Amino acid sequence: MRVLVDRVSKVYRDRSGTELAALDAIDLAVESEEFVALVGPSGCGKSTLLGIIAGLLPATSGRVVFEGERRTGTPLAATVFQEFALFPWRTVRANVELGLEELGVSRDERARRARRVLDVTGLAGFEARYPHQLSGGMRQRVGIARALAVEPAVLLMDEPFSALDAQTRTLMMEELLGIWEASRQSVLYVTHNIQEAVYMADRVVVLSRRPGRVLDVVAAGLARPRTESLQGHPAFVGAVERIWSLIRVEAQAAIEDPEA
Amino acid sequence: MAIERVVVRDRTRFLLRREHRAVRVLALLGLLVLWEATARSGWVPALFLPSPVGVIEETVDMARSGQLLIHLGASLRRLAAGFVLGAGAGIAAGVVVGFFSLAEAVGQPLIAATFPVPKIALLPLLILWLGIGELSKVVVIALGVFFPMAINTAAGVRQADPLLIRAAVSFGAGRVSLIRKVVIPSALPTVFAGLKLGAGTALLLLVAAEMIGAESGIGFLVLQAGNLMETTKLMVGLLVLSVLGVLSHWSLDRLERLVLPWRHT
Repeated sequence: MRVLVDRVSKVYRDRSGTELAALDAIDLAVESEEFVALVGPSGCGKSTLLGIIAGLLPATSGRVVFEGERRTGTPLAATVFQEFALFPWRTVRANVELGLEELGVSRDERARRARRVLDVTGLAGFEARYPHQLSGGMRQRVGIARALAVEPAVLLMDEPFSALDAQTRTLMMEELLGIWEASRQSVLYVTHNIQEAVYMADRVVVLSRRPGRVLDVVAAGLARPRTESLQGHPAFVGAVERIWSLIRVEAQAAIEDPEA
Repeated sequence: MAIERVVVRDRTRFLLRREHRAVRVLALLGLLVLWEATARSGWVPALFLPSPVGVIEETVDMARSGQLLIHLGASLRRLAAGFVLGAGAGIAAGVVVGFFSLAEAVGQPLIAATFPVPKIALLPLLILWLGIGELSKVVVIALGVFFPMAINTAAGVRQADPLLIRAAVSFGAGRVSLIRKVVIPSALPTVFAGLKLGAGTALLLLVAAEMIGAESGIGFLVLQAGNLMETTKLMVGLLVLSVLGVLSHWSLDRLERLVLPWRHT
Protein backbone atom coordinates (compact mmCIF):
# COMPACT_ATOMS: atom_id res chain seq x y z
CA MET A 1 0.00 0.00 0.00
CA ARG A 2 1.03 3.60 -0.42
CA VAL A 3 0.46 6.36 2.10
CA LEU A 4 -0.62 9.80 0.96
CA VAL A 5 -0.30 12.68 3.38
CA ASP A 6 -2.47 15.46 1.98
CA ARG A 7 -1.86 18.97 3.34
CA VAL A 8 -1.80 17.82 6.95
CA SER A 9 -1.53 20.55 9.57
CA LYS A 10 -1.47 20.26 13.33
CA VAL A 11 -2.11 23.08 15.75
CA TYR A 12 -2.08 22.44 19.49
CA ARG A 13 -4.38 24.62 21.50
CA ASP A 14 -4.03 24.64 25.29
CA ARG A 15 -6.63 25.52 27.89
CA SER A 16 -5.78 29.20 27.89
CA GLY A 17 -6.29 29.36 24.14
CA THR A 18 -2.61 29.65 23.27
CA GLU A 19 -1.88 28.06 19.93
CA LEU A 20 1.20 26.09 19.01
CA ALA A 21 1.56 25.23 15.34
CA ALA A 22 3.39 21.91 15.05
CA LEU A 23 2.92 21.01 11.38
CA ASP A 24 2.22 23.21 8.38
CA ALA A 25 0.49 21.73 5.32
CA ILE A 26 2.62 18.61 4.97
CA ASP A 27 2.43 16.84 1.63
CA LEU A 28 4.27 13.58 1.26
CA ALA A 29 3.88 10.08 -0.14
CA VAL A 30 5.33 6.74 0.75
CA GLU A 31 5.06 4.43 -2.24
CA SER A 32 4.44 0.73 -2.00
CA GLU A 33 7.60 -1.15 -0.90
CA GLU A 34 9.42 2.14 -0.45
CA PHE A 35 11.59 3.04 2.56
CA VAL A 36 11.17 6.73 3.35
CA ALA A 37 13.04 8.55 6.09
CA LEU A 38 11.81 11.70 7.80
CA VAL A 39 14.49 14.03 9.16
CA GLY A 40 14.38 17.41 10.77
CA PRO A 41 15.73 19.51 13.64
CA SER A 42 14.43 19.01 17.18
CA GLY A 43 10.80 19.91 17.66
CA CYS A 44 10.00 19.92 13.94
CA GLY A 45 6.96 17.73 14.47
CA LYS A 46 8.20 14.54 12.87
CA SER A 47 6.91 12.37 15.72
CA THR A 48 3.62 14.29 15.64
CA LEU A 49 3.30 13.52 11.94
CA LEU A 50 3.95 9.86 12.58
CA GLY A 51 1.30 9.86 15.30
CA ILE A 52 -1.23 11.36 12.92
CA ILE A 53 -0.44 8.78 10.24
CA ALA A 54 -0.80 6.01 12.83
CA GLY A 55 -4.20 7.33 13.82
CA LEU A 56 -3.05 8.09 17.36
CA LEU A 57 -3.44 11.84 16.98
CA PRO A 58 -6.02 13.86 15.07
CA ALA A 59 -4.84 16.26 12.37
CA THR A 60 -6.17 19.81 12.61
CA SER A 61 -6.63 19.90 8.84
CA GLY A 62 -5.74 17.77 5.85
CA ARG A 63 -5.95 14.00 5.73
CA VAL A 64 -3.97 10.82 5.45
CA VAL A 65 -5.02 8.18 2.93
CA PHE A 66 -3.82 4.61 2.57
CA GLU A 67 -4.23 3.24 -0.94
CA GLY A 68 -3.67 -0.12 -2.50
CA GLU A 69 -3.95 -3.82 -1.81
CA ARG A 70 -3.99 -5.27 1.63
CA ARG A 71 -4.38 -8.88 2.77
CA THR A 72 -7.50 -9.44 4.84
CA GLY A 73 -6.88 -9.50 8.54
CA THR A 74 -3.81 -7.29 8.40
CA PRO A 75 -3.81 -3.74 9.76
CA LEU A 76 -2.92 -0.60 7.84
CA ALA A 77 0.03 0.28 10.03
CA ALA A 78 2.05 -0.80 13.04
CA THR A 79 4.36 1.42 15.07
CA VAL A 80 7.79 0.88 16.61
CA PHE A 81 8.40 3.32 19.46
CA GLN A 82 11.58 5.12 20.49
CA GLU A 83 11.17 4.10 24.13
CA PHE A 84 10.24 0.52 23.17
CA ALA A 85 6.84 0.68 24.93
CA LEU A 86 6.96 -2.99 25.92
CA PHE A 87 4.53 -4.28 28.54
CA PRO A 88 6.65 -5.18 31.59
CA TRP A 89 4.14 -7.77 32.84
CA ARG A 90 4.22 -9.72 29.58
CA THR A 91 6.97 -12.05 28.45
CA VAL A 92 8.72 -11.42 25.16
CA ARG A 93 6.39 -13.85 23.40
CA ALA A 94 3.27 -12.33 24.98
CA ASN A 95 4.43 -8.84 23.99
CA VAL A 96 4.89 -9.95 20.40
CA GLU A 97 1.47 -11.61 20.40
CA LEU A 98 -0.42 -8.55 21.61
CA GLY A 99 -1.23 -7.15 18.18
CA LEU A 100 -2.29 -10.60 17.01
CA GLU A 101 -4.62 -10.92 20.02
CA GLU A 102 -6.31 -7.65 19.12
CA LEU A 103 -6.75 -8.89 15.55
CA GLY A 104 -8.59 -11.91 16.87
CA VAL A 105 -6.05 -14.42 15.63
CA SER A 106 -6.48 -17.91 17.13
CA ARG A 107 -4.10 -19.10 19.82
CA ASP A 108 -2.26 -21.65 17.69
CA GLU A 109 -1.91 -19.26 14.78
CA ARG A 110 -0.63 -16.57 17.13
CA ALA A 111 1.99 -18.91 18.50
CA ARG A 112 3.07 -19.89 15.01
CA ARG A 113 3.40 -16.33 13.73
CA ALA A 114 5.09 -15.18 16.90
CA ARG A 115 7.64 -17.96 16.69
CA ARG A 116 8.45 -17.10 13.09
CA VAL A 117 8.91 -13.40 13.74
CA LEU A 118 10.94 -14.08 16.90
CA ASP A 119 13.33 -16.21 14.83
CA VAL A 120 13.67 -13.51 12.20
CA THR A 121 14.48 -10.83 14.78
CA GLY A 122 17.06 -12.91 16.62
CA LEU A 123 14.93 -13.48 19.72
CA ALA A 124 14.78 -17.27 19.62
CA GLY A 125 15.45 -18.59 23.11
CA PHE A 126 14.29 -15.38 24.79
CA GLU A 127 10.54 -15.97 24.52
CA ALA A 128 10.00 -16.50 28.23
CA ARG A 129 12.06 -13.56 29.40
CA TYR A 130 10.58 -10.36 30.72
CA PRO A 131 11.53 -6.98 29.22
CA HIS A 132 13.45 -5.86 32.30
CA GLN A 133 15.78 -8.81 31.80
CA LEU A 134 16.78 -7.63 28.33
CA SER A 135 19.26 -5.09 27.04
CA GLY A 136 18.08 -2.03 25.11
CA GLY A 137 18.90 -3.58 21.76
CA MET A 138 17.00 -6.75 22.59
CA ARG A 139 14.02 -4.74 23.80
CA GLN A 140 13.79 -2.89 20.53
CA ARG A 141 14.03 -6.20 18.69
CA VAL A 142 10.90 -7.15 20.60
CA GLY A 143 9.30 -3.86 19.57
CA ILE A 144 10.14 -4.58 15.94
CA ALA A 145 8.97 -8.17 16.23
CA ARG A 146 5.68 -7.02 17.73
CA ALA A 147 5.10 -4.67 14.79
CA LEU A 148 6.13 -7.22 12.16
CA ALA A 149 3.97 -9.95 13.68
CA VAL A 150 0.75 -8.27 12.56
CA GLU A 151 2.08 -7.98 8.98
CA PRO A 152 1.12 -4.33 8.55
CA ALA A 153 0.88 -2.70 5.15
CA VAL A 154 3.01 0.17 6.43
CA LEU A 155 5.66 0.11 9.16
CA LEU A 156 5.96 3.33 11.13
CA MET A 157 9.19 3.75 13.07
CA ASP A 158 9.65 6.64 15.47
CA GLU A 159 13.38 7.07 16.07
CA PRO A 160 13.56 3.36 16.87
CA PHE A 161 17.27 3.31 17.63
CA SER A 162 17.73 6.71 19.28
CA ALA A 163 17.67 5.22 22.77
CA LEU A 164 20.51 2.82 21.96
CA ASP A 165 24.26 3.36 22.03
CA ALA A 166 26.01 4.00 18.71
CA GLN A 167 27.47 0.52 18.33
CA THR A 168 24.19 -1.27 19.01
CA ARG A 169 22.47 1.21 16.74
CA THR A 170 24.74 0.43 13.78
CA LEU A 171 24.17 -3.29 14.15
CA MET A 172 20.41 -2.93 14.61
CA MET A 173 20.15 -0.75 11.51
CA GLU A 174 21.81 -3.41 9.40
CA GLU A 175 19.60 -6.05 10.97
CA LEU A 176 16.46 -4.06 10.24
CA LEU A 177 17.40 -3.59 6.60
CA GLY A 178 18.03 -7.33 6.30
CA ILE A 179 14.60 -8.11 7.76
CA TRP A 180 12.96 -5.48 5.59
CA GLU A 181 14.49 -6.79 2.35
CA ALA A 182 12.53 -9.99 2.96
CA SER A 183 9.14 -8.50 3.72
CA ARG A 184 9.35 -5.15 1.91
CA GLN A 185 6.50 -3.25 3.56
CA SER A 186 6.32 0.49 3.00
CA VAL A 187 8.30 2.07 5.81
CA LEU A 188 8.21 5.58 7.22
CA TYR A 189 11.28 6.00 9.40
CA VAL A 190 11.65 9.05 11.61
CA THR A 191 15.13 10.01 12.78
CA HIS A 192 17.16 13.05 13.70
CA ASN A 193 20.34 11.42 12.41
CA ILE A 194 21.03 12.35 8.80
CA GLN A 195 23.56 9.58 8.14
CA GLU A 196 21.07 7.05 9.46
CA ALA A 197 18.34 8.45 7.22
CA VAL A 198 20.43 8.28 4.03
CA TYR A 199 21.80 4.85 4.91
CA MET A 200 18.40 3.28 5.48
CA ALA A 201 16.10 5.03 3.02
CA ASP A 202 15.24 5.31 -0.66
CA ARG A 203 14.15 8.91 -0.19
CA VAL A 204 14.60 11.37 2.67
CA VAL A 205 11.95 13.95 3.48
CA VAL A 206 13.49 16.99 5.17
CA LEU A 207 11.34 19.02 7.55
CA SER A 208 11.95 22.56 8.75
CA ARG A 209 11.83 23.53 12.39
CA ARG A 210 8.51 24.28 14.08
CA PRO A 211 6.03 24.62 12.47
CA GLY A 212 7.29 21.74 10.36
CA ARG A 213 7.04 22.16 6.60
CA VAL A 214 8.58 20.00 3.92
CA LEU A 215 11.79 21.70 2.85
CA ASP A 216 12.83 19.14 0.29
CA VAL A 217 12.80 15.47 -0.59
CA VAL A 218 16.26 14.08 -1.27
CA ALA A 219 16.76 10.77 -3.03
CA ALA A 220 19.44 8.66 -1.37
CA GLY A 221 20.50 7.30 -4.75
CA LEU A 222 22.24 4.24 -3.37
CA ALA A 223 22.01 0.63 -4.46
CA ARG A 224 20.64 -2.11 -2.25
CA PRO A 225 21.58 -4.12 -0.31
CA ARG A 226 23.24 -1.35 1.66
CA THR A 227 26.66 -2.12 3.10
CA GLU A 228 28.86 -0.36 5.63
CA SER A 229 31.35 0.63 2.97
CA LEU A 230 28.68 2.78 1.36
CA GLN A 231 29.26 5.38 4.02
CA GLY A 232 32.31 6.66 2.15
CA HIS A 233 30.60 6.59 -1.24
CA PRO A 234 30.33 10.02 -2.94
CA ALA A 235 26.58 9.63 -3.50
CA PHE A 236 26.12 8.98 0.22
CA VAL A 237 28.30 11.87 1.30
CA GLY A 238 26.64 14.16 -1.24
CA ALA A 239 23.14 13.33 -0.03
CA VAL A 240 24.12 13.81 3.61
CA GLU A 241 25.74 17.17 2.89
CA ARG A 242 22.78 18.33 0.90
CA ILE A 243 20.39 17.48 3.71
CA TRP A 244 22.65 18.97 6.35
CA SER A 245 22.93 22.23 4.47
CA LEU A 246 19.12 22.41 4.48
CA ILE A 247 18.81 21.58 8.15
CA ARG A 248 21.81 23.41 9.52
CA VAL A 249 20.27 26.86 9.49
CA GLU A 250 17.06 25.48 10.95
CA ALA A 251 18.91 23.59 13.67
CA GLN A 252 20.90 26.70 14.60
CA ALA A 253 17.73 28.75 14.91
CA ALA A 254 16.12 25.97 16.94
CA ILE A 255 18.95 26.09 19.50
CA GLU A 256 18.73 29.84 19.85
CA ASP A 257 14.95 30.03 19.96
CA PRO A 258 13.79 30.35 23.57
CA GLU A 259 10.34 29.04 22.70
CA ALA A 260 11.51 25.87 21.01
CA MET B 1 58.99 21.13 40.57
CA ALA B 2 60.00 17.78 41.98
CA ILE B 3 59.19 14.51 40.27
CA GLU B 4 56.66 12.39 42.16
CA ARG B 5 55.36 8.87 42.09
CA VAL B 6 52.08 8.23 43.89
CA VAL B 7 50.14 4.99 44.04
CA VAL B 8 46.40 5.50 43.81
CA ARG B 9 44.36 4.43 46.83
CA ASP B 10 40.69 3.66 46.99
CA ARG B 11 39.20 6.75 48.55
CA THR B 12 35.78 5.27 49.16
CA ARG B 13 36.75 2.45 51.48
CA PHE B 14 35.38 4.22 54.53
CA LEU B 15 31.95 4.30 52.86
CA LEU B 16 31.74 0.56 52.63
CA ARG B 17 28.95 -1.00 54.68
CA ARG B 18 29.41 -4.52 55.82
CA GLU B 19 26.57 -6.92 56.48
CA HIS B 20 27.84 -8.29 59.77
CA ARG B 21 25.67 -11.38 59.41
CA ALA B 22 27.01 -13.16 62.43
CA VAL B 23 26.46 -10.13 64.64
CA ARG B 24 22.82 -9.86 63.56
CA VAL B 25 22.00 -13.38 64.67
CA LEU B 26 24.06 -13.11 67.83
CA ALA B 27 22.41 -9.83 68.80
CA LEU B 28 18.97 -11.40 68.73
CA LEU B 29 20.11 -14.48 70.60
CA GLY B 30 21.99 -12.32 73.04
CA LEU B 31 18.87 -10.32 73.81
CA LEU B 32 16.90 -13.47 74.49
CA VAL B 33 19.66 -14.85 76.69
CA LEU B 34 19.88 -11.59 78.60
CA TRP B 35 16.13 -11.58 79.05
CA GLU B 36 16.08 -15.16 80.30
CA ALA B 37 18.97 -14.47 82.66
CA THR B 38 17.31 -11.34 84.04
CA ALA B 39 14.07 -13.21 84.66
CA ARG B 40 15.80 -16.12 86.37
CA SER B 41 17.96 -13.96 88.57
CA GLY B 42 14.85 -12.51 90.17
CA TRP B 43 16.27 -9.04 89.83
CA VAL B 44 13.04 -8.08 88.01
CA PRO B 45 9.94 -9.77 89.48
CA ALA B 46 8.20 -12.33 87.26
CA LEU B 47 5.10 -10.18 87.40
CA PHE B 48 6.80 -7.54 85.26
CA LEU B 49 9.01 -9.65 83.09
CA PRO B 50 8.22 -13.34 82.63
CA SER B 51 11.03 -15.45 81.24
CA PRO B 52 10.98 -16.30 77.54
CA VAL B 53 11.13 -19.98 78.34
CA GLY B 54 8.12 -19.53 80.59
CA VAL B 55 6.24 -17.80 77.81
CA ILE B 56 6.93 -20.68 75.44
CA GLU B 57 5.79 -23.20 78.05
CA GLU B 58 2.60 -21.26 78.67
CA THR B 59 1.96 -21.13 74.93
CA VAL B 60 2.26 -24.88 74.68
CA ASP B 61 -0.06 -25.28 77.67
CA MET B 62 -2.66 -23.01 76.21
CA ALA B 63 -2.42 -24.78 72.90
CA ARG B 64 -2.97 -28.15 74.54
CA SER B 65 -5.91 -26.99 76.61
CA GLY B 66 -7.60 -25.60 73.51
CA GLN B 67 -7.71 -22.12 74.97
CA LEU B 68 -5.30 -20.79 72.38
CA LEU B 69 -7.35 -22.20 69.56
CA ILE B 70 -10.54 -20.55 70.81
CA HIS B 71 -8.98 -17.11 71.01
CA LEU B 72 -6.90 -17.45 67.87
CA GLY B 73 -9.86 -18.78 65.94
CA ALA B 74 -12.07 -15.90 66.98
CA SER B 75 -9.42 -13.36 66.04
CA LEU B 76 -8.64 -14.96 62.71
CA ARG B 77 -12.29 -15.11 61.71
CA ARG B 78 -12.78 -11.42 62.42
CA LEU B 79 -9.52 -10.50 60.71
CA ALA B 80 -10.29 -12.49 57.58
CA ALA B 81 -13.85 -11.23 57.28
CA GLY B 82 -12.86 -7.61 57.85
CA PHE B 83 -9.86 -7.76 55.53
CA VAL B 84 -11.72 -9.38 52.65
CA LEU B 85 -14.67 -7.01 53.02
CA GLY B 86 -12.49 -3.91 53.27
CA ALA B 87 -10.11 -4.92 50.46
CA GLY B 88 -12.93 -5.93 48.14
CA ALA B 89 -14.85 -2.71 48.68
CA GLY B 90 -11.66 -0.65 48.57
CA ILE B 91 -10.44 -2.12 45.27
CA ALA B 92 -13.87 -1.71 43.69
CA ALA B 93 -14.15 1.89 44.86
CA GLY B 94 -10.58 2.61 43.75
CA VAL B 95 -11.19 1.23 40.26
CA VAL B 96 -14.35 3.30 39.81
CA VAL B 97 -12.75 6.49 41.14
CA GLY B 98 -9.62 5.86 39.06
CA PHE B 99 -11.51 5.39 35.82
CA PHE B 100 -14.42 7.73 35.87
CA SER B 101 -13.77 11.42 36.32
CA LEU B 102 -17.27 11.90 37.66
CA ALA B 103 -16.69 9.26 40.32
CA GLU B 104 -13.40 10.90 41.15
CA ALA B 105 -15.09 14.29 41.56
CA VAL B 106 -17.56 12.71 43.99
CA GLY B 107 -15.32 10.22 45.72
CA GLN B 108 -12.05 12.10 46.12
CA PRO B 109 -13.31 14.81 48.51
CA LEU B 110 -15.35 12.24 50.46
CA ILE B 111 -12.35 9.98 50.97
CA ALA B 112 -10.10 12.93 51.79
CA ALA B 113 -12.54 14.11 54.45
CA THR B 114 -13.12 10.75 56.14
CA PHE B 115 -9.65 9.23 55.79
CA PRO B 116 -7.92 11.26 58.54
CA VAL B 117 -10.35 10.06 61.23
CA PRO B 118 -8.57 7.39 63.30
CA LYS B 119 -10.73 4.31 62.79
CA ILE B 120 -10.39 3.27 66.41
CA ALA B 121 -12.34 6.38 67.34
CA LEU B 122 -15.22 5.10 65.24
CA LEU B 123 -15.57 1.98 67.33
CA PRO B 124 -17.97 3.34 69.99
CA LEU B 125 -20.18 4.73 67.22
CA LEU B 126 -20.14 1.43 65.39
CA ILE B 127 -21.00 -0.42 68.58
CA LEU B 128 -23.92 1.92 69.05
CA TRP B 129 -25.11 1.29 65.50
CA LEU B 130 -24.30 -2.38 65.08
CA GLY B 131 -24.22 -3.76 68.59
CA ILE B 132 -21.33 -5.19 70.55
CA GLY B 133 -21.14 -8.47 68.62
CA GLU B 134 -19.04 -9.57 65.69
CA LEU B 135 -20.45 -7.12 63.15
CA SER B 136 -19.10 -3.94 64.68
CA LYS B 137 -15.61 -5.50 64.95
CA VAL B 138 -15.60 -6.77 61.39
CA VAL B 139 -16.86 -3.42 60.11
CA VAL B 140 -14.22 -1.38 61.91
CA ILE B 141 -11.49 -3.64 60.52
CA ALA B 142 -13.05 -3.37 57.07
CA LEU B 143 -13.10 0.42 57.31
CA GLY B 144 -9.44 0.45 58.28
CA VAL B 145 -8.55 -1.65 55.24
CA PHE B 146 -10.93 0.14 52.87
CA PHE B 147 -9.13 3.47 52.84
CA PRO B 148 -5.57 2.48 51.93
CA MET B 149 -7.01 0.06 49.34
CA ALA B 150 -9.27 2.63 47.70
CA ILE B 151 -6.57 5.29 47.65
CA ASN B 152 -3.85 2.97 46.38
CA THR B 153 -6.06 1.33 43.76
CA ALA B 154 -7.22 4.69 42.40
CA ALA B 155 -3.62 5.88 42.26
CA GLY B 156 -2.53 2.66 40.58
CA VAL B 157 -5.23 2.92 37.94
CA ARG B 158 -4.42 6.55 37.22
CA GLN B 159 -0.68 6.10 36.90
CA ALA B 160 -0.89 3.71 33.96
CA ASP B 161 1.90 4.76 31.60
CA PRO B 162 0.41 6.84 28.75
CA LEU B 163 3.08 5.49 26.43
CA LEU B 164 1.89 1.93 27.03
CA ILE B 165 -1.72 2.98 26.50
CA ARG B 166 -0.76 4.58 23.18
CA ALA B 167 1.15 1.48 22.19
CA ALA B 168 -1.81 -0.78 23.02
CA VAL B 169 -4.20 1.48 21.09
CA SER B 170 -1.79 1.50 18.14
CA PHE B 171 -2.13 -2.27 18.01
CA GLY B 172 -5.91 -2.10 18.01
CA ALA B 173 -6.83 -2.27 21.69
CA GLY B 174 -10.26 -0.90 22.57
CA ARG B 175 -11.47 0.23 25.97
CA VAL B 176 -12.03 -3.25 27.44
CA SER B 177 -8.70 -4.58 26.17
CA LEU B 178 -6.95 -1.51 27.53
CA ILE B 179 -8.40 -2.02 30.99
CA ARG B 180 -7.71 -5.76 31.06
CA LYS B 181 -4.29 -5.73 29.46
CA VAL B 182 -2.73 -2.43 30.46
CA VAL B 183 -4.46 -0.58 33.28
CA ILE B 184 -5.06 -3.44 35.69
CA PRO B 185 -1.65 -5.15 35.36
CA SER B 186 0.08 -1.81 35.78
CA ALA B 187 -2.02 -1.00 38.87
CA LEU B 188 -1.37 -4.33 40.61
CA PRO B 189 1.92 -3.44 42.30
CA THR B 190 0.30 -0.41 43.94
CA VAL B 191 -2.69 -2.52 44.93
CA PHE B 192 -0.38 -4.97 46.66
CA ALA B 193 1.34 -2.15 48.48
CA GLY B 194 -2.11 -1.13 49.71
CA LEU B 195 -2.85 -4.70 50.83
CA LYS B 196 0.27 -4.77 52.97
CA LEU B 197 -0.61 -1.42 54.52
CA GLY B 198 -4.14 -2.64 55.11
CA ALA B 199 -2.94 -5.82 56.79
CA GLY B 200 -1.08 -3.81 59.40
CA THR B 201 -4.06 -1.57 60.06
CA ALA B 202 -6.37 -4.57 60.23
CA LEU B 203 -4.32 -6.19 62.98
CA LEU B 204 -4.24 -2.97 64.95
CA LEU B 205 -7.99 -2.47 64.73
CA LEU B 206 -8.65 -6.12 65.56
CA VAL B 207 -6.81 -5.82 68.84
CA ALA B 208 -8.51 -2.51 69.66
CA ALA B 209 -11.96 -3.89 68.93
CA GLU B 210 -11.29 -7.00 71.00
CA MET B 211 -10.10 -4.93 73.90
CA ILE B 212 -13.14 -2.69 73.90
CA GLY B 213 -15.94 -5.18 73.69
CA ALA B 214 -15.23 -8.88 73.31
CA GLU B 215 -15.25 -12.14 75.18
CA SER B 216 -12.76 -13.95 73.01
CA GLY B 217 -9.84 -13.25 70.78
CA ILE B 218 -6.18 -12.44 71.29
CA GLY B 219 -6.86 -8.80 72.07
CA PHE B 220 -9.32 -9.87 74.74
CA LEU B 221 -6.75 -12.37 76.05
CA VAL B 222 -4.12 -9.67 76.38
CA LEU B 223 -6.51 -7.30 78.15
CA GLN B 224 -7.85 -9.93 80.53
CA ALA B 225 -4.38 -11.26 81.33
CA GLY B 226 -3.31 -7.71 82.08
CA ASN B 227 -6.27 -7.16 84.40
CA LEU B 228 -5.60 -10.44 86.21
CA MET B 229 -1.87 -9.71 86.34
CA GLU B 230 -1.14 -12.91 84.43
CA THR B 231 1.84 -11.44 82.67
CA THR B 232 2.98 -14.70 81.12
CA LYS B 233 -0.39 -15.17 79.42
CA LEU B 234 -0.18 -11.56 78.29
CA MET B 235 3.17 -12.23 76.69
CA VAL B 236 1.73 -15.27 74.95
CA GLY B 237 -0.86 -12.95 73.44
CA LEU B 238 1.83 -10.56 72.27
CA LEU B 239 3.84 -13.40 70.81
CA VAL B 240 0.83 -14.66 68.88
CA LEU B 241 0.11 -11.17 67.56
CA SER B 242 3.68 -10.77 66.48
CA VAL B 243 3.56 -14.09 64.63
CA LEU B 244 0.27 -13.11 63.01
CA GLY B 245 1.81 -9.88 61.78
CA VAL B 246 4.85 -11.58 60.34
CA LEU B 247 2.78 -14.35 58.76
CA SER B 248 0.33 -11.99 57.09
CA HIS B 249 3.15 -9.95 55.61
CA TRP B 250 4.96 -13.06 54.47
CA SER B 251 1.89 -14.59 52.83
CA LEU B 252 1.07 -11.33 51.05
CA ASP B 253 4.63 -11.32 49.78
CA ARG B 254 4.30 -14.84 48.44
CA LEU B 255 0.98 -14.00 46.84
CA GLU B 256 2.59 -11.00 45.17
CA ARG B 257 5.40 -13.14 43.80
CA LEU B 258 2.80 -15.46 42.34
CA VAL B 259 0.67 -12.76 40.77
CA LEU B 260 3.49 -10.47 39.68
CA PRO B 261 6.28 -12.79 38.48
CA TRP B 262 7.69 -10.03 36.32
CA ARG B 263 8.65 -7.95 39.32
CA HIS B 264 10.68 -10.58 41.05
CA THR B 265 12.77 -12.37 38.48
